[in-house]
This record gives sequence, structure tokens and C-alpha cells, in this order.
Amino acid sequence: MTEMPLETLWVYLAARPLFWLTLTLLVWLGARRLQAWCGGLALLNPVVLSIATLIGLLVLTDTPYAQYFDGAQFIHFLLGPATVALAIPLYRLRAELHVLALPITVALVVGAVVAVVSAVGLAAALGADRAVLLSLAPKSVTTPVAMGIAEKLGGIPALTAALVVLTGLVGALFGVGVLRRLGIRDPAVIGVALGTAAHGIGTARAFQLGHREGAMAGLAMGLSAVLTALLLPLLPRGLALLGM
Amino acid sequence: MIEALTLILTCQLLGESLVLLFGWPLPGPVLGMLLLFLLLVVRGGLAARVAETADGLLAHLPLLFIPAGVGVMVHWELLYAHWQALGAALLFGTLIALVATALAMQGTLWVVRRVRAARARS
Repeated sequence: MTEMPLETLWVYLAARPLFWLTLTLLVWLGARRLQAWCGGLALLNPVVLSIATLIGLLVLTDTPYAQYFDGAQFIHFLLGPATVALAIPLYRLRAELHVLALPITVALVVGAVVAVVSAVGLAAALGADRAVLLSLAPKSVTTPVAMGIAEKLGGIPALTAALVVLTGLVGALFGVGVLRRLGIRDPAVIGVALGTAAHGIGTARAFQLGHREGAMAGLAMGLSAVLTALLLPLLPRGLALLGM
Repeated sequence: MIEALTLILTCQLLGESLVLLFGWPLPGPVLGMLLLFLLLVVRGGLAARVAETADGLLAHLPLLFIPAGVGVMVHWELLYAHWQALGAALLFGTLIALVATALAMQGTLWVVRRVRAARARS
């Protein structure tokens, strides 16, 4: 048997799904351990840390994203079933849902409108052009719906996909801290806020707080996606009124 | 576990098919979640059999967003070109939306509880 030089081994491994799949898991577990070591410091969010580390590794090794995704897609696929699985924690809360129905509805309408208006308003004030504004508008909505909305409005769906992820990360990083500082302690309120403003990544953050937060976030994520999709076709008319 | 996974995937498949067939503005898996919820309401006995697998999938939910998150690198130039407007919108816009949602829900909850308490007294 001949020995394989290190470089050849790298070329071989880097092209296999196994390598990037395993590396993603290792980086994730490492990031979680690091956060635990630092006493659960919220700013060391393991998702943010893992994404930054993996992007760094891909850039350093000159690996295209598509090659990375060949391996990582096995993790990505589980997003669908995990979303369906949110039905279980929601079912556990079924007895409370009728009390919460009206508050959730009001929160969703307010949240969906404010998410669009605040993002588009701030970006417009700072001189973003129309295509960027239309790509930004659905940023608080879960990715597949957000991309569909951006496309219909005349935005850039690829830009929307990146903005959706970044929105989720902002919500996961700072959301809980901001809500706590405002004295908001009700798990249902925290969950609905995270799910509405920061979709799935916010929901994942909510789940780390508890099942009640997670279930509420999952419900809010789904309903706010529907609501935003129904409301956003009005945005171009709104922009036209402002002369844009 | 395989039984539970099959049920979950069937709900997702149904959700995705309905969304495609009718052109509804929601992701297939979200409709799948609502379908599974309704199924559990109708047949409560199923919940115990799906619970372990569902909780297992949800235990590492943040991990599942990493592959898509790494995809941000592909659009780096576009993001960088508009970084000021996008940065402000992402950071402040998201936090404003978060706080507005929370306050709206907190306020409505307060009203709903007061109304219920008043009704209970009368």
C-alpha cells in the first residue's frame, strides 16, 4: 500500500460530503462548548460563531459554497421536518391557545407591519435604492416565503435570502437581552416576538429558553409569514406615494 | 422513531404538495406543522408516539440553520455595497419590530386578562 501525501488527502476529502458535514457538526459542538465555558455569554451565540468560523474556513481553503453545501445539505434537509415537529410543543400548549388567540393576532399584525416599515424606512432614509428596499421588505419572514415575496415585488431574491439570515442572527443575538431589559418576562410574549421578528433562527433561540417560548415562536413564524405575504403587495403602492 | 419520522415527513410532503397545488403564500413545512397539530388534536394518542423524535429534532434547531447561514458568503459583495442602509435596517429595524410585537402582545394580554377577571367577578 502506498502512502497518500497530505495534499492529495485534502483534495480527496474536501470534495466529499462527509468532510463538510462532519466539520459543520464539529464546529457547532465546539461553539456550544465555548459558549458554555464562558458562562453562557449571549454574545457568543453558537450559530453566529459557527457560521463565521465556517465562512472563514471556506475562504481560507478557497472552497466554493456549492462544494460545502454538498455535505451540509444533509443538515439543511432536517429544517423541514424540524418545522413540522414544532406541532408537538404547540400541541402541549393547546389548552392555553384560546386565551392567547387575540393577543397573538394583535401582536402578529403589529409586528408584521412594523418589521416592514422600520426596515424599509431606515434603509430608504440612508439612501438605499428601490431594488434593495424591495429585497429588504420581507426580511423578518422565513426564507422560502421571503424569497417568493421579493421576487414578486421586483427585488433581488438572493439578496433577500442573505438578509433573512442576518435578521434572524440579529434577533437571536440581541432579542432576548432587549426584551428582558424592557421587563418582559412572559414566555409566550418572548416567543411570539422572536418568531415574528426573527423567523426560524429566532424560534431556535426561543427554544433554548424553553418549550413554551419555542412553541409560541414557531406558531408566530408560520402565521407572520402568511400575513406578510398578504400585506406586502401593497408596498410598491406605498413607495409610489412617497415618490420612489 | 421511524414511525414518528414517517408521520412527520408525510405531513411535510402533504404541506408542500398543497402549497404548490394552490399557490398559497406559506412554506410547505409550516403548513405541515399546522396539519400535524390538527391531526394531534383529532387523535391525541399520537402525540406520545411522535414526541421523542420531535423533541430530538428540535433539541438542536439552531444547528439546522448553519448551512443556509454560511450561504451569506455568496452575497457578500452585494451586502457590502449597501452596508450602511442594510446594517441600520437589520440591526435597528429588527429590534424595533421585536419590541413592537412584544409590547402589542403584552398590552392585549393585559386587557384580555382584565376583561376575563371582570367577567369572573360578575
